[in-house]
Amino acid sequence: MNKTIKQLSALLSAGKASSVELCQDYLAHIQTQNATLNAFISVDNDKTLAEARAADALRTSGQAGLLTGVPIAHKDIFCAEGWLTTCGSKILSNFVSPYDAHVIEQFKAAGMPCLGKTNMDEFAMGSSNETSFYGPVRNPWDTTRVPGGSSGGSAACVAARMAPAATGTDTGGSIRQPAALCGITGLKPTYGIVSRYGMIAFASSLDQGGPMAQTAEDCGLLLNVMAGFDTRDSTCLERPKEDYTRSLNQPLAGLKIGLPREFFGPGLVGDTAKAVEEAISQLIKLGAETVEVGLPNSGLSVAAYYVLAPAEASSNLSRFDGVRYGYRTPEYGDLTDMYEKTRAEGFGSEVKRRIMIGAYVLSHGYYDAYYIQAQKLRRLIANDFTTAFQQCDVILSPTAPSTAFKLGEKTADPVEMYLSDIYTIAVNLAGLPGMSLPCGFDAQGLPIGMQLIGNYFDEARMLGVAHQYQLATDWHARAPQGI
Amino acid sequence: MQWETVIGLEVHTQLTTQSKIFSGASIAFGAEPNTQACQVDIALPGVLPVLNKGAVERGIRFGLAIGAKLNRINSFDRKNYFYPDLPKGYQISQFALPIVEGGELTVQVGSGSDLYEKTIHITRAHLEEDAGKSLHEDFHGSTGIDLNRAGTPLLEIVSEPDMRSAKEAVAYAKALHTLVTWIGTCDGNMQEGSFRVDANVSVRPVGQKEFGTRREIKNLNSFRFLEQAINYEIRWQIEQIEDGHKIQQATVLFDPDTGETRAMRSKEDAHDYRYFPDPDLLPVQLDEDWIEQVRASLPELPQQKQARYQSEWNLSAYDAATLTGSRELADYFEAVVAGLAKPDAKLAANWVMGDLSATLNKENLDVAASRISAAQLAGLLARIQDGTLSGKLAKQVFEAMWAGEGNADAIIESKGLKQVSDSGEIERIIDEVMAANAKSVEEFRSGKEKAFNALVGQVMKASKGKANPQQVNDLLRQKLNA
Repeated sequence: MNKTIKQLSALLSAGKASSVELCQDYLAHIQTQNATLNAFISVDNDKTLAEARAADALRTSGQAGLLTGVPIAHKDIFCAEGWLTTCGSKILSNFVSPYDAHVIEQFKAAGMPCLGKTNMDEFAMGSSNETSFYGPVRNPWDTTRVPGGSSGGSAACVAARMAPAATGTDTGGSIRQPAALCGITGLKPTYGIVSRYGMIAFASSLDQGGPMAQTAEDCGLLLNVMAGFDTRDSTCLERPKEDYTRSLNQPLAGLKIGLPREFFGPGLVGDTAKAVEEAISQLIKLGAETVEVGLPNSGLSVAAYYVLAPAEASSNLSRFDGVRYGYRTPEYGDLTDMYEKTRAEGFGSEVKRRIMIGAYVLSHGYYDAYYIQAQKLRRLIANDFTTAFQQCDVILSPTAPSTAFKLGEKTADPVEMYLSDIYTIAVNLAGLPGMSLPCGFDAQGLPIGMQLIGNYFDEARMLGVAHQYQLATDWHARAPQGI
Repeated sequence: MQWETVIGLEVHTQLTTQSKIFSGASIAFGAEPNTQACQVDIALPGVLPVLNKGAVERGIRFGLAIGAKLNRINSFDRKNYFYPDLPKGYQISQFALPIVEGGELTVQVGSGSDLYEKTIHITRAHLEEDAGKSLHEDFHGSTGIDLNRAGTPLLEIVSEPDMRSAKEAVAYAKALHTLVTWIGTCDGNMQEGSFRVDANVSVRPVGQKEFGTRREIKNLNSFRFLEQAINYEIRWQIEQIEDGHKIQQATVLFDPDTGETRAMRSKEDAHDYRYFPDPDLLPVQLDEDWIEQVRASLPELPQQKQARYQSEWNLSAYDAATLTGSRELADYFEAVVAGLAKPDAKLAANWVMGDLSATLNKENLDVAASRISAAQLAGLLARIQDGTLSGKLAKQVFEAMWAGEGNADAIIESKGLKQVSDSGEIERIIDEVMAANAKSVEEFRSGKEKAFNALVGQVMKASKGKANPQQVNDLLRQKLNA
């Protein structure tokens, strides 16, 4: 159960295990763990095992790829044919997708069985997984605490070894922050690397799917499957296929790591500060150099994000109107009444809050003051990174300001919740790749994550740095007690 | 008080692509409800739009045809509003940066001595998707939704408020209709809604600079309704103002049964559409080579043809405008002229606009469905030119050709309709007629000119209409004056 997908792949190709056996083990583990952790919204043993049998057949006939037969869990934001696909919302609580997202197609083509659909903040709006219609996910390291969000189910299931890997999506930190809070490794690719087709949109210009696993190496292997040009997503980039694991073994000698002074200010305290400092020392020991860089506009990123993301969301979520699919209020008068009741009952309060913010900033007379200004900030923030990358190869920072907090601790104060993503949001605004990997534990035994930010399309180098760090440390290999 | 009307039109033209503007589903008309709506069109969670290159090509085509500026970078925005036949809850349209800006169309208004030219300026033309349809009949107590039309590509063409009467508006709408069908960007089928007109109408006292408050008449799908609706609206607005009321900005619908317009919504109910750039679509960059390819593929345009007909062939402005009423008509006309060994555009124009058009109208046929081909008509005109047929005989031959009796020469032969131009033969008939109508001869000689016509008639009758009328005239007069 502690095995990485790299190790599982080796077991399968050596004939020491079948995909059916692996899937049965994971499904049994999900069966015992999920009641407590609530990491999965949907599990379907028959479907999973049918896919596992197909994978085993491929292997028997000599047609297996590297990851054929290795199971994976998918965030419930990805449409998967025949699977309930809820996006964590009541409004899609009856929606069985008739089609596969591009990402799902890619994993199917690789022969990787789906272990189930993971819980998430409703429409990926949240940093604690508490906004899900299906209830909060609990952190496997301390079940009184949140796993982070919005890909909280994916992070928790990998941390609890209910799945060797999972997909996530990241709009403002939704892969990296829960990866940090659950002690796993997660990567948000450069915007446009992974097709968004079939990934239910939150904020189209920021959303990006990515892998979550135990190691950087696994994330590289998974990104090889997920990434690729798709004509159905006009924002997907047409680039030659690349091997994201190609730089894993590159030594760190001469690597320049940028440390943004804005991210190491007075806001960073205690165990997180200490763990990140120690990680930096470790990297220096491995041959890297550090250089201080400036991201002067990064302090405005949360503000810009909470204009742009809700603006896009308010429009993206208009299709959930009770007319064609999904939840519709059982009793209504006229059309307007049907819309109002359906959406009032179908959406949770965080989603409604963001739809209202979004509608407000796009409305006549406010558009220039909010939306246009925020777009300008976005450009400034992206320019900051361009300047910084003239001085360094990768940027390092903490992933989140704190370790996992208690369930309910921040639900009363949305702004405090939004600040959970203070280190991650700028990366989405700039469209850069970023990842989180474990770099220690706090006094309460909760995992701490550090963030690496790469230049555009520099996933391979970023993964190489993370892999070299993981060869020298074992934070990523630790699993919570009692699982 | 003298009033002046100000009209601007917004015309939705459905583009002639095979598939929708953002999906691969067919746009063919008349399919069973929801059989041409794919997962993108019904806006399933997670789907994304991909722009149809053919729609952009048609936008370029139209822009070039009206001499407009093509925005080398143009982009798509979302127009947000809720309606059951709008599956995404927003329409993708070009708001900030349309593909076409500027351009103009010069049209002929009126006819005869009232004919004048008017240049209508075009503000912009932008690409957008159509919505689906709400079906209110056949569903007791509820509404059916047909999403076949959702995502159908449209080019909305917005004019400046340059028109001053319903006649001008109709002339512009017709010229635009001719143009878009001519260049093949739209099939022009108004019954199927491929060409729909919204008219913004206001009135102001003659001499006043500022525009009056406008009302927008939505969705007019015939030129007749357009004219009726505008004229009703003008009368209504003048009455309102003269009665001391103010015009409120509003959207109105025209009811063809009553011939009246009625308000649908006022400005107060106007939506805030919350336009913003669609983050799912990148800006469109028009490539210069592509623009030049499209330019090279454009046919000679109606206005170019009109100028050529007038300068090369000495046709009147009215004739030139009529003959370029559609590309098929102009092609037919030019084929007739080309079919004549001795080119005579005026003769060809008279027959195409005269007997041919009258017969087509009577049978409600398009020129493309004419039972007489351009080559056949040219064959007939050649026999007029060489004196074989009189105008009257030519009409008989035309009718026989229409009835499918063959080419002009075969009909002339089989019916013996050849004009008699043998002066000996004509003299013989004249002699007989003069002998049999001594009284008329006497009257003419005593100064009654009217008697001459009676005698001509008798000669023509005796020749069964075949005698060359000019020769009959000349010979008869010689003999009577002898």
